[in-house]
Amino acid sequence: MSHISYILLVALVTYLLRALPLTLIRKPIRSRFIRSFLYYVPYVTLAVMTFPAMVQATNVPLAGGIAMAAAIILALMGQKLLTVSVAACAVVFVLELFIK
Amino acid sequence: MRMNRRQVFLRGMKDGVPIALGYFAVAFTLGIHARNAGLSVFEATLSSLLTNASAGEYAAFSLIRQAAGVIEVIIMTVVINARYLLMSCALSQKLTPDVPLWQRMLLGQCVTDEIFGISAAYPGNLDPVYSYGAFSVASPGWALGTALGVMLGNVLPGNAVSALSVGLYGMFIAVIIPPTRTNKVLTGVVILSMALSCLMAAAPLFDFISEGMRTILLTVLIAGGAAALFPVKDEQKEAAA
Repeated sequence: MSHISYILLVALVTYLLRALPLTLIRKPIRSRFIRSFLYYVPYVTLAVMTFPAMVQATNVPLAGGIAMAAAIILALMGQKLLTVSVAACAVVFVLELFIK
Repeated sequence: MRMNRRQVFLRGMKDGVPIALGYFAVAFTLGIHARNAGLSVFEATLSSLLTNASAGEYAAFSLIRQAAGVIEVIIMTVVINARYLLMSCALSQKLTPDVPLWQRMLLGQCVTDEIFGISAAYPGNLDPVYSYGAFSVASPGWALGTALGVMLGNVLPGNAVSALSVGLYGMFIAVIIPPTRTNKVLTGVVILSMALSCLMAAAPLFDFISEGMRTILLTVLIAGGAAALFPVKDEQKEAAA
C-alpha cells in the first residue's frame, strides 16, 4: 500500500468518526457501558503510547525518563499543553548535553 | 448581546490563535516522527491538512513504517480516535435541529480535541461558524508545523531532534494527567496502562507489528474493564470534554 493510500484511509476513517455522530445521532448515547468505555479510551491509548516509547525516543533513555517525570509533575500542577510539551523537550536537550 | 455570523466567525478566529501556536510546536515533533517513518514533506503535510489529529497521525505514521495491513490501520485508527465519536455526540447536542446536513458534515472536520473544547464551552447553542473560525486559524498552524518538522528534522543536529522527539509525548501527558488529580479511577487506569505497556514491550516476542496490536489490545482490555467496574457518571462524561 502506498503512503498516500495510508494517509487517505486514515483521513477517511477519522473523518467518519468525527462526522457520523454529528450527522446521524441526534440523541445522547444511552448505554452507560459504551459511554464509560469511550470515556476511558483516550487515557489508556495515550498512556500506552507514551510509556515506554517516550523513554526509547531519546538518545539517552535516562533523559527521556526524567523528561517524562518533569512533564507529569508540570501537568499535575495544571500547566498548559504547550508548556508541558516544551518543558519535556528542554529537559532532554539540557540533560543530553551532560549525559552521554 | 447577539453577534452576527461574521462576528461569531471572527471570535472563533481569535480563540483559534493560541490553539494554532500550540499546534505549531506539537506538529513540529509530529513532523519529526513522520520523517522517521519515511514520509515526504508533501505526504506528511497532506496528512495533517486532512486529518488534524495528533495521536491519530502519530499512530498512522507508525503503521506506515510497519507497512501494516488495511484492517489493522482501520482498527487502530478507530481505537485511537474513538474519543472523537464521544465529542461529536456531545457537540450534536449543542446544535439546534435546523442546522443543515452540510453544516454538520463541515463541523465534523473541525472536531479536534482543542476546537471541540472551545466549541463545547461556547455559551448556549453552538453556531458552527464559530468552530470554522477557530479551525481556519488552527489548522494551518498544524499543517505548517508538520511541514517544518519534516524539513528541519533533516538539518537539525541529533541532540535537537532527540529533544523535540519527546514533545508529542509531553502533549499526551498534558492531556491524560491533569484529570487524574480529581479522579482516582483514572489514576489507576493510567498507571495500569503504562505498566502493562512496559511489560508487553519487554516481552521477548515484541516486534513492530505487535506495537500497534499492543495498543489495541490494552485499550480494549483496560478501557473495557474500567467501564465495567467503574461506569462513569454523567458529570464525568462532561469532564471528558
